[in-house]
Amino acid sequence: MKSPEQVVEQVHRAEWGRLLSLLLARTRRIDLAEDALGEAFARAAERWPQSGVPDSPSGWLYTTAYRQIVGRLRAEAVAGRKAALLAVKPDWVPPEDPDVELADDRLHLILLCCHPALPRESRSALALRLVMGTPTDQIARLFLVSTPTMAARLTRAKKKIVQAGIPLGAPMEEELRSRLDEVCRTIYLAFTAGYTPGPGPDLFRADAAGEAVRLAVVLRDLLPEAPQVRAMLALLQLQHSRRDARQLEGRLVPLADQDRSMWHADEKEAGLGLLAGLEPGTGYAEELRLQALIAAEHARAATAARTGWATIARHYEALESLTGSAIVRLNRAVAVAEAEGPQAGLDLLTGLEDLLPEDHRVAATRAKLFRQLGHIELANASYRTALDLCSNEVERAHLREQLEELRALDR
Amino acid sequence: MKHFVLLAGYGETTPWDEMTADEQEAEMAKHVAFSEACESRSGVEMLGGEALGDGSMATTLRTRGGEMTITDGPFAEVAEHIGGYYLLEAPDLDTVIDLCRLLPALDIEIIPVLEVP
Repeated sequence: MKSPEQVVEQVHRAEWGRLLSLLLARTRRIDLAEDALGEAFARAAERWPQSGVPDSPSGWLYTTAYRQIVGRLRAEAVAGRKAALLAVKPDWVPPEDPDVELADDRLHLILLCCHPALPRESRSALALRLVMGTPTDQIARLFLVSTPTMAARLTRAKKKIVQAGIPLGAPMEEELRSRLDEVCRTIYLAFTAGYTPGPGPDLFRADAAGEAVRLAVVLRDLLPEAPQVRAMLALLQLQHSRRDARQLEGRLVPLADQDRSMWHADEKEAGLGLLAGLEPGTGYAEELRLQALIAAEHARAATAARTGWATIARHYEALESLTGSAIVRLNRAVAVAEAEGPQAGLDLLTGLEDLLPEDHRVAATRAKLFRQLGHIELANASYRTALDLCSNEVERAHLREQLEELRALDR
Repeated sequence: MKHFVLLAGYGETTPWDEMTADEQEAEMAKHVAFSEACESRSGVEMLGGEALGDGSMATTLRTRGGEMTITDGPFAEVAEHIGGYYLLEAPDLDTVIDLCRLLPALDIEIIPVLEVP
């Protein structure tokens, strides 16, 4: 038996987005719907331990929230105030009401949050808040901003949705693909934010990145056939499955040194399963597919030494010609160095610091390859350059360690 | 809701004066197609729209410290030529964006009109 507290938490995780999308569809008031649903959950947490869990927890939450919105609307009417409603498309049909158990409008809610008319840095934050119910302070931590900054960003985005007339409803047929690409980009951005080292001792924030994975799962459930969605989820699951092995006693553990038994096997298998049978595509879907194939190659290797570097290098080459990205070039250089030797990797790094002047990884990678070739002095200088550019404490510690090792070699 | 559609810059199109007669005709046909699409789309109504004269014909008024100065030309801040505008009643932003695809490839800014209660 689950305790009432556990039920509240479980329903919050599973049902927040669906309930909010229904409340929004029915009332077309973002502000009131979000507040009222939050309050309904708070009330459930307070009451269910005493009164017991109702037969239909989500029905109870929906009704409680809806009643509160109606009360607020009445108060507004009495005060003679009339707030703007969320726009809806002319052909939009609200989800079946009152079948709260089955109706779902989350896809429209996700498309609304990720609309290209919203600032990019607000989109994923808004999707996490409205679709997943992720608390604002956790979203703030994910994107390395303060909670008040994030709260203001979310408020502005919601205001713009209403004022600019960004509508609830499916995009026109020919636009859906580009809009879905943007949704995937948005979710991937949120995920990588969780693994981006910030200043200070926090190496990464895997729990917050996990919220983005959950959002990707929701999207896949809603659109199981969309290739970009499938490739994105595969990529996220494969990368996220390594989270527990990436850090040891507050220190970064490189992929090669990770204890592979700590990788989450179920997530890894799920990612590989999604990727199997996914045909080559075009555009962003193909970008995601290639990245997922690279992650899959790492996931399949029983030991670091058995990694299929030649295959990975080939995928990176395809990815580089598709994107022209300097970061991809950097990663390709690492793969090529593993497959063909350090000098081949160094050749690919040529000129890259001009394209990525603030990225310490160019210098760090070069240092490592110089060291493998026995150019200790060049390695030393490159590690120092990397240290100058790196601001994350944990990564800096790792770089200093490398310098120490070099010194020991030199003696 | 009302949307102000500002034709804010030439984008990749040729300035009107530099177009051949045929090009001008093709350009006009796009505006006509846009207007017709607005009329036939449900929930959309064209409330107004005009083409504007060249920026060099503009007069700028500024009031600073209570004193109005009158100068020649457009605001220096407006780098691009504002070619005209439309005022549309439309149910939502996506409908407006979709209709704007029919217009020439100008740089366009869609601004919501505030509803004064």
